[in-house]
Amino acid sequence: MTNGILVLIVLALAAAAYALARRRSLAAVDGDIRKLHSLPGHHGQTALLFTAVPALLLMALWLLVQPMAIDARVSGMIADSDVPEGSSRGLVMADVRRIGDGLDRIVVRNGSSEEAIASMRADISDVRSLLAEVGVALGSNVGNSVFTAAKAYRGMKRTGQLGMTAAVLALAVAGLGFGLSRIRPDYRARNASERFVTGLLIASSLIAILTTLGIVASLLFETLHFFRLYPASDFFFSTVWNPQFRGGSDLGIWPLLWGTLYVSLIALVVAVPVGLMSAIYLSEYASARMRAWVKPAIEILAGIPTIVYGLFALITVGPILRDYFAQPFGLGSSSSSVMTAGIVMGIMVIPFVSSLSDDIINAVPQSLRDGSLALGATPSETVRQVVFPAALPGIVGAILLAASRAIGETMIVVMGAGAAAKLSLNPFEAMTTVTVKIVSQLTGDTEFASPETLVAFALGLTLFVMTLALNVLALYIVRKYREQYE
Amino acid sequence: MTDATVSLPRPVPQGGSLFTLDGRVKRRNAAEARFRAYGMTAIVLALMALVWLLYSIFAAGLPAFQQTFVTMPVMLDPAVLDKNGNRDPADLAKVTTVGYSKVLAASFVAAAEAAGVDTGDLKPKDIAGLLSEESAATLRTQVLADPALIGQTIEFTALAGGRIDGYYKGRVTMASAKLDSNVKPEQLVLADALKAKGMLAQSFNAGFLTMPDASDKRPEAAGLGVAIVGSFYMMIVVLVLSLPIGVAASIYLEEFAPKNRLTDIIEVNIANLAAVPSIVYGILGLAVFINFGGLPQSAPIVGGLVLTLMTLPRIIIPTRAALNAVPPSIRDAALGVGASKLQSVFHHVLPLAMPGILTGTIIGLAQALGETAPLLLIGMVAFVRDFPGALPGGLFDPAAALPVQVYNWTQRGDPGFVERASGAIIVLLGFLLIMNAVAIFLRRKFERRW
Repeated sequence: MTNGILVLIVLALAAAAYALARRRSLAAVDGDIRKLHSLPGHHGQTALLFTAVPALLLMALWLLVQPMAIDARVSGMIADSDVPEGSSRGLVMADVRRIGDGLDRIVVRNGSSEEAIASMRADISDVRSLLAEVGVALGSNVGNSVFTAAKAYRGMKRTGQLGMTAAVLALAVAGLGFGLSRIRPDYRARNASERFVTGLLIASSLIAILTTLGIVASLLFETLHFFRLYPASDFFFSTVWNPQFRGGSDLGIWPLLWGTLYVSLIALVVAVPVGLMSAIYLSEYASARMRAWVKPAIEILAGIPTIVYGLFALITVGPILRDYFAQPFGLGSSSSSVMTAGIVMGIMVIPFVSSLSDDIINAVPQSLRDGSLALGATPSETVRQVVFPAALPGIVGAILLAASRAIGETMIVVMGAGAAAKLSLNPFEAMTTVTVKIVSQLTGDTEFASPETLVAFALGLTLFVMTLALNVLALYIVRKYREQYE
Repeated sequence: MTDATVSLPRPVPQGGSLFTLDGRVKRRNAAEARFRAYGMTAIVLALMALVWLLYSIFAAGLPAFQQTFVTMPVMLDPAVLDKNGNRDPADLAKVTTVGYSKVLAASFVAAAEAAGVDTGDLKPKDIAGLLSEESAATLRTQVLADPALIGQTIEFTALAGGRIDGYYKGRVTMASAKLDSNVKPEQLVLADALKAKGMLAQSFNAGFLTMPDASDKRPEAAGLGVAIVGSFYMMIVVLVLSLPIGVAASIYLEEFAPKNRLTDIIEVNIANLAAVPSIVYGILGLAVFINFGGLPQSAPIVGGLVLTLMTLPRIIIPTRAALNAVPPSIRDAALGVGASKLQSVFHHVLPLAMPGILTGTIIGLAQALGETAPLLLIGMVAFVRDFPGALPGGLFDPAAALPVQVYNWTQRGDPGFVERASGAIIVLLGFLLIMNAVAIFLRRKFERRW
């Protein structure tokens, strides 16, 4: 029985519980609805929730725990001699899983009996070609202990599946019985079902916390793992980034941090003047008509996916900068450069600066402007000497938010900044950033034992901490400033 | 009246008249004009950046929707395709695309001669080189689906090769063909001759939207089919999970949550989650869903889960705003006639806030649709040619995603893929435009102001 059908059965049971509970509550008062504390529908809801929710929760939990439990037991069965040189137990376990699933397919396709499968031995029958027939390609012949493990894996999986089906169905039926048994005319079904629903609402809002915990835990756990393999002092203080897949890598974060900050700096140099001046113009000078058209047009820039900016950097901005600036002045010959990524990222960040600054400038009380204009200041003097200083903390907050966006941006730098880790001042040279290296270290074959892969988690943690700090600071500044005028 | 305003008593600047501006006022006015000009320039720059961006993508990508095809009669020679002559599907399947490309090449050369095209001193192999390698595979699929075709002469539309297609899109010129080992200038001349005879023509490229990805050498056959299906599956996962959870969380925080520490923590958390770089969610997905949970790589379900976590805060924030915008009098009235707190919310507040919630959800989905970075980490960059199965099992099959497909194509060597990548972006932007238009329509049509 597949999981989908099991869910459907539980839901059908829940629907039945609703109907039964309704009827039972009506029967309990001989159809005189006035004698019930709660409406029949509330009784139905309560029974439905008691039937469906615990059973589905159990199922989710089981599906989460079962693979881990099975893996732990099966991986103990693999003989050390069957783990090939240069490979790891994790890779062999992946083979075990594939063989197990392949055996299932053999049973379905060839109609082999369970005994036939049980009597198969890796050293006698040609398991590899048999599995290849059902689309499971194995790199090499499998050792016998691996094959036994695969059979055990398959057996445990089936037992687990059966156990889960039985347990989930039993719990659903028990919930149904419990829900029905509680129906009495004075049973406060409405209160019970509402407490239940409120619980579900709270659980939903806790998912946000769970996500944060998940992020922090996965980053911290793997980072600690990384620091056990690679000294933390080298990571934080070395200025060389040179990963080698044979070991002996230099994994210093400084070239990456430098690239990240350099690109972000150029982005801000592009975005802040443009964004700030357009915000000032829109809020202080523009007519309502112009505002109604221009503001959404600029905000389109924020709605365009970053991959589009990446492609723009790759096919348009990069070649132009190379052909008209870098090569004529002898500054470099690469179309991906800090400048390319910086300019394109600057364009992306413009709406973040302009929208937030616009809100903040609009929040400055009109009386300040009126006072300044009445004293004879020109509008621009009013902006520069009255409105801007009053809005400054908020604008700083907006710029910090934009900076955090720029630091965490991935696709533009992956496609525009290049992959060479360098500490250089020349903006027309290709450099690389923290996010680029996270992508390049984690895409492709991910084997979670080498420092070259695990370093991505340390980089991720660095990135997370940096952006979080910037955000918290920015929100603090913005909030503090808003309180002044409200 | 004008006299009156002019003749009001004013402090006259010393040593001058109001009607002649002194140096200081001139400077101040000039500064004012400059300041305005800076503002105007900034706006023009921002808008020009937008136009430049869109123009460069559209200019590069629109040709992807046109494709060069060669139409010709193909004689399906039984001697090659079915040596045993028994039409047994098992035997037919043994003939590989090599056999079919021979048949195709022979028919093409014959058709060119029949049309009276001068093939010059090109060898038959070079003439057949005008066709895409993919067309033999297409022909094979067509024949295997209907073995009765063998022995007949059918009208077959073959894809022209990537370089020939590029020639009509301006990517390949006679000069560049001389330096290119993949195409000869004589082949381009032949293509022009065929075009004059009407055998070779450009038409709308429906395959771009329906076909799967193709290998590195065949940009002309690469399509977005798998990527569109994969993205669609992911959006379903995101919608099914993030809408109920997001709405439930917002209802709790907006309507029920007591002012306490836990609520504060949740609120700060959500605000910060919305600003976490998307790639961090990719790391989370890799560590939790793939390594810990054992879900398959490249599967839409994993992509959907990661995007759900990323989208949740972006749905919760507008949903709370929409709930907050419903006036308290609605709640009070419901409570006043005996509804419970929960009933007042579910029967009255929620329906009234629904347009705002849907708008926020659609915009959140649109952001999720364009997101690339987290998907790179969970293996969506893999080369996938097979369409995922039907729902719900297909959620666990490998698939591509639209934005990742774009990235994938930009990493390939053949210049034809740049056009494909830009074309894919146009498709992506098309979907985003539709979603945002629906959101705006919902807001305009149903939004209420109290």
